[in-house]
Amino acid sequence: MSVMSVTAGPKRGWKSVSTWIGALIVGIAMICAIFAPLLVPHDPFTQDLSKRLLPPFWMAGTNPDYLLGTDQLGRDYLSRLIWGCRISMLIGVTVTVVSALIGITMGVLGGFLGGRVDDAVLFAITTRLSIPVVLVALAIVGLLGSSMHLLVLTLGLLLWDRFAVVARATTMQVRNLDFVAAAWCAGCSRFRILWGEVLPNIASHLVVVATLEIALAILLEAALSFLGLGVPPPLPSWGLMIAEAKDYMFFSPWVIVIPGVALFVLVLGINLLGDGLRDLFGARTDP
Amino acid sequence: MLQFLVRRLIVAILVAATVMTLAFILTRLSGDLAISIAGPNATQADVEAVRKAYGLDRPLTVQFFDWVGRAATGDLGESYFFKAKVSTLIGERMPITITLGLTGLVLALLVSLPLGILAAVRENTTLDRVVQMVALLGQAMPSFWLGLILMITFGLQLGWLPISGTGSWQHYVMPGIVLAFSAIPALTRLTRAGMIQAMGSDYIRTARAKGLSRASILLKHALRNAAIPVVAIAAVQLGFMLGGSIVIEQVFALHGVGFLAWESIGKNDFPVVQAVVLVLAVIYVALTMVADLMNAVLDPRLRGP
Repeated sequence: MSVMSVTAGPKRGWKSVSTWIGALIVGIAMICAIFAPLLVPHDPFTQDLSKRLLPPFWMAGTNPDYLLGTDQLGRDYLSRLIWGCRISMLIGVTVTVVSALIGITMGVLGGFLGGRVDDAVLFAITTRLSIPVVLVALAIVGLLGSSMHLLVLTLGLLLWDRFAVVARATTMQVRNLDFVAAAWCAGCSRFRILWGEVLPNIASHLVVVATLEIALAILLEAALSFLGLGVPPPLPSWGLMIAEAKDYMFFSPWVIVIPGVALFVLVLGINLLGDGLRDLFGARTDP
Repeated sequence: MLQFLVRRLIVAILVAATVMTLAFILTRLSGDLAISIAGPNATQADVEAVRKAYGLDRPLTVQFFDWVGRAATGDLGESYFFKAKVSTLIGERMPITITLGLTGLVLALLVSLPLGILAAVRENTTLDRVVQMVALLGQAMPSFWLGLILMITFGLQLGWLPISGTGSWQHYVMPGIVLAFSAIPALTRLTRAGMIQAMGSDYIRTARAKGLSRASILLKHALRNAAIPVVAIAAVQLGFMLGGSIVIEQVFALHGVGFLAWESIGKNDFPVVQAVVLVLAVIYVALTMVADLMNAVLDPRLRGP
């Protein structure tokens, strides 16, 4: 059934338009993130109260110097949007690195060793899933004070579950294959087998999980920053921009529309790319 | 069956105990609680008085086992800010959070079941791709932002629905829609996958051979089997929704449990924070147990030897 649906189905992987759209969005976001200091037309932190809440280019009364208008403190919105992209991407990637390290280690060890170790890993996954992520992240940041480092560490420690689930399931499949048996016979150490035989063979699945986690981390960071317990101001996180603009949204809706659309498009792009990669690798990411 | 139940229950209790420990550690992260409770204008003597009054001068292990012992009997301690029992505070606000969670879940099922079935029946057509696109869009939607956009459109510009508060059922419409969005992608995909699998199975071929109507095959034979994982995941999703409603409660000023937790974090009211974490975790564990039980009842193969 599944073989049939792949051959008869819509174009997948790099043949699919949506994968390319995703790659394009992620590519633009990466350029914005890396070269933000060079790309911003104005300083994203400079306030000018005489130019506050200028509307963007498609509305009347706009100022051509400020393409997307200005915020409630007169800061250039386009510059803050580009800088916010840098923050979103930075947090998405670093959180995913932390959670990947934790989750993959646990999943591979549980799946490979089995027995007591696997029981412990399964228990850790069950416990982690029962913890309300947003609430605990808010509590940690609220009690310790907001900073980028703390935020990355907190989210990294909370989002490793999918890595662990997928790494464990795929390791179990690979564990009994012939090339692993061959490596045992050749006298390879456990570590050598895990590092050299198992990990490369489950890597494609983990890459797909990583795209999902980056998207999730970016959404969570925005939600936490929106609640005032994420990225500390005056850094222009998109979630924080929406929170700061909230008081003005009924009179100037674009102040929340712009950062929200940016957030939506970036997460959508990452997910489209992730779906494309999943089809390309034939990976499975469901628990 | 009994063995399965007992094993599940032991794991659930262990999980709850672990979460309790973590919640306790979590609220002790900030250092000296007595100073933050006493407030910025307190003298050294005030801080000492607070420390004594709340039992914070005792060793951490004693405080921990005191909390665990009381929590096991349903006593979750007393709020520093509200000067009331934490269990009362949570009990008062839980109906709002549960109403919101159930509204979200029902709305999500009303959307995802038909969409998933449609996509499965028309697999690999444009319709299927549109449904999958809808799921992707839902996944990328920041819930708090969707809430604000709905407020501007339906609350302010059209004036159809109230913007915040909890007076009537209309107050739950927008928050419910926003919360449903978070569950629709997963539920739609699962319904679609389950239906595709069921439609390809032998018993459906038999039903077709018998000449049953298309509707009867779809709804009576295929959906019933595809529904098993969906029902289970729906229970788990409800658990996630109750935990995730904190953001939405804040946006729409619904004074539920999430709102209470958010307020308490700002006020360093740690008995409330640790209790809410514990209660939400216990509800989640209970819901996953219900899901497992439903699976076991519906599908005897899962009960094990």
